[in-house]
Amino acid sequence: MPSELAEGVVAGNRRALARAISHVEADNAKGRELLADLYARTGRAQTIGITGSAGAGKSTLVGALAREERKRGRTVGIIAVDPSSPFSHGAILGDRIRMQDLTSDGGVFMRSMASRGNLGGLAEMASGVVDLMDAAGFDVVLVETVGAGQDEVEVATATQSTVLVANPGGGDDVQSMKAGLMEIAQIMVVNKADLAGADTAVMQLRGLLAIAEPRAWTPPILKAIARTGEGVPELVDAIDKHQAHVRSDEHAEAERHGLVESQILSLVRAALYREALGAARAEGSIETLVDEVVLRTRDPRSAATTLIDALRSRWMTR
Amino acid sequence: MTTDQRTLRVLIAKPGLDGHDRGAKVVARALRDAGMEVIYTGIRQTPEMIAEAALQEDVDVVGLSILSGAHLEIFPRVIAELKKRSVDDVTLFCGGIIPAADIPAVKEMGFQAVFGPGTDTNDIIAFLRENATERA
Repeated sequence: MPSELAEGVVAGNRRALARAISHVEADNAKGRELLADLYARTGRAQTIGITGSAGAGKSTLVGALAREERKRGRTVGIIAVDPSSPFSHGAILGDRIRMQDLTSDGGVFMRSMASRGNLGGLAEMASGVVDLMDAAGFDVVLVETVGAGQDEVEVATATQSTVLVANPGGGDDVQSMKAGLMEIAQIMVVNKADLAGADTAVMQLRGLLAIAEPRAWTPPILKAIARTGEGVPELVDAIDKHQAHVRSDEHAEAERHGLVESQILSLVRAALYREALGAARAEGSIETLVDEVVLRTRDPRSAATTLIDALRSRWMTR
Repeated sequence: MTTDQRTLRVLIAKPGLDGHDRGAKVVARALRDAGMEVIYTGIRQTPEMIAEAALQEDVDVVGLSILSGAHLEIFPRVIAELKKRSVDDVTLFCGGIIPAADIPAVKEMGFQAVFGPGTDTNDIIAFLRENATERA
């Protein structure tokens, strides 16, 4: 039986949604129960990831996208992920600054999220929040992440369409993006296209695509100036086109299964990691191993194997 | 550790028309370094925007910074907007330029602490750790 909170989310109660997100973020029992209750009600929203390096103009673009979607009569949920400090685990979440005008729009709900440094858990957390917003009835859910590492690349599994935001003059950036982001992007946009070098950046991206494996969907490369909104309607058109692709043809069927598979696997990975960490910290077993490795009486790999054995025996005795 | 202790979420907002946000930023940074998640919304926020952000972000704490002298007019409106949205379990504090004579009135409205210029940020951190309400 769905809880009162789950019913509140479905009914579009904003306070219920906000509280539900907190439970999912904390990854507590209530959060997991909510997601289980609400999953059947998801799948209706367009889910879109916006990624790119720091300073690429992602927040501004997300704001512009949201405004354009609102013009088209769609409601918008926004999830903006910022990194947690690796030292204090705290975070300053400042994405609302660029979307101030959207705060008082009843058709928009925005949530800032800290990555919380949980290895592999970021995608898990984000996909849960996407599901909540989907179940709450938002037509479009935008997820903004700093495309800086594996965790962020994985966030792509939480959304159906991923938009890569690049900039003019970012030649080296483009190079480094090859490694992961290129493969996951379904749409590429050169933002700040009023700066010199925009066409060169488009050409570089086109060049990179030309050497990639041909796929059922060829990522379009667009230009935009998020600050003024120029090129944003075209970007929304491109997203709509990809969404239509995802939802219809037979190639998309395989893609959809692939997406769900990687989502399940990333959940398994995060859960296993947490279990392993728990086992490693239990009874101070890791400290002894660390001491031994530091003294070189044991090698790191056999220490890891020992911890995995400990985990296995924890499971056996359950 | 993040897993053992609930991470406090704090909204730092600047209502009204003054644009001096150095103090608010210093506080935001200190709270982050103390392991809290700080949502910073920028300057010139209306009471409605602040309350709506507090709701959407599901924060534990709302801290207002004001230097314009309009606190007695603006603060009650922020509180009214929070009430309107049933955001009734947040800890409120404020800072900036609040004359000593106004502090009782500000506390009467529901602000549990007032931190003026020269405050040691450690005092703010200690206050929040002690007073942020437990939730279900």
